[in-house]
Amino acid sequence: MTRLLPHPLLTPALTGIWLLLNNSIEPGHILLGLLLGWIIPVLTIRFWPDKVAIRKPVVLLRFGFIFLYDIVVANFTVARLILGNPDKLKPAFVKLPLDLTSDIAISLLASSLTLTPGTLSARLSEDRSYLLVHALNETDPDMLIATIKQRYERPLKEIFESC
Amino acid sequence: MLEYFLSFLILTGALLTFIGSLGLVRLKDLYTRLHGPTKATTLGVGSLLIASSIYFSTYTESVSLHEVLITLFLFITAPVSAHLLAKAALHLNLHSIAKTPENDTEAESSATDNADLSGNAENTESAGSGATQDNPQETSDQIRQ
Repeated sequence: MTRLLPHPLLTPALTGIWLLLNNSIEPGHILLGLLLGWIIPVLTIRFWPDKVAIRKPVVLLRFGFIFLYDIVVANFTVARLILGNPDKLKPAFVKLPLDLTSDIAISLLASSLTLTPGTLSARLSEDRSYLLVHALNETDPDMLIATIKQRYERPLKEIFESC
Repeated sequence: MLEYFLSFLILTGALLTFIGSLGLVRLKDLYTRLHGPTKATTLGVGSLLIASSIYFSTYTESVSLHEVLITLFLFITAPVSAHLLAKAALHLNLHSIAKTPENDTEAESSATDNADLSGNAENTESAGSGATQDNPQETSDQIRQ
């Protein structure tokens, strides 16, 4: 079973992308999409050693909505900062200690940080103990760390890692 | 009515994208400049894509969903490229307004940057980066201007 269907989540995802690419839901395309969705994970199994499991889909959905809302807010915040006086900005590097351990959770956290208010993930330390974050205008690093941990890291930990 | 709404979306998108690009001119160092393209443009391009999706779904026979894919790929690729740029900038020790964090590798590379660049024979970096050793000074000079 695991050899024939190594990544149960990847198959529907690839099929969905195939259908979106073709912009149709004809039976032929669904069949071809399913075939591609099956054969690509089987052929590339060596690149995906870890199995991705979503433990709590509801939390993932809620995280998605919070994330989209934050992107909209972030856009206007950064737009205002750019139009304001650039000399008044106080950029800072902040070390964010990580509780996450799985690859997918860390990469999702780093990507969401880059897309959301005033922060940019710059480097993951080699032992994965902290993520270096660049903040565009930061006066209170501890507050920033607390917000990120509460708003992004905790749901991600719930979703991808058992706790 | 719909056309007004679509025009509003397109204008908002264009404005946000423009502000994002304006950030490249107005901000002072590489790290702050990265914030513009990664954030202000995502919503800008996003609203352009929503407008495109609605337009082609209304005025042509078929439903247009390619825009969903473009958004998805944009959200996946933009943070990765920004992360790599920031990481490379840290590695090259480029000029930064924010105090760059203390780190062993950073200290080493700053030492070699300040030292005579032509004498990089005993560079601690691997052989591949030797060719690029002359560049950091130039690029950081360009960025300061």
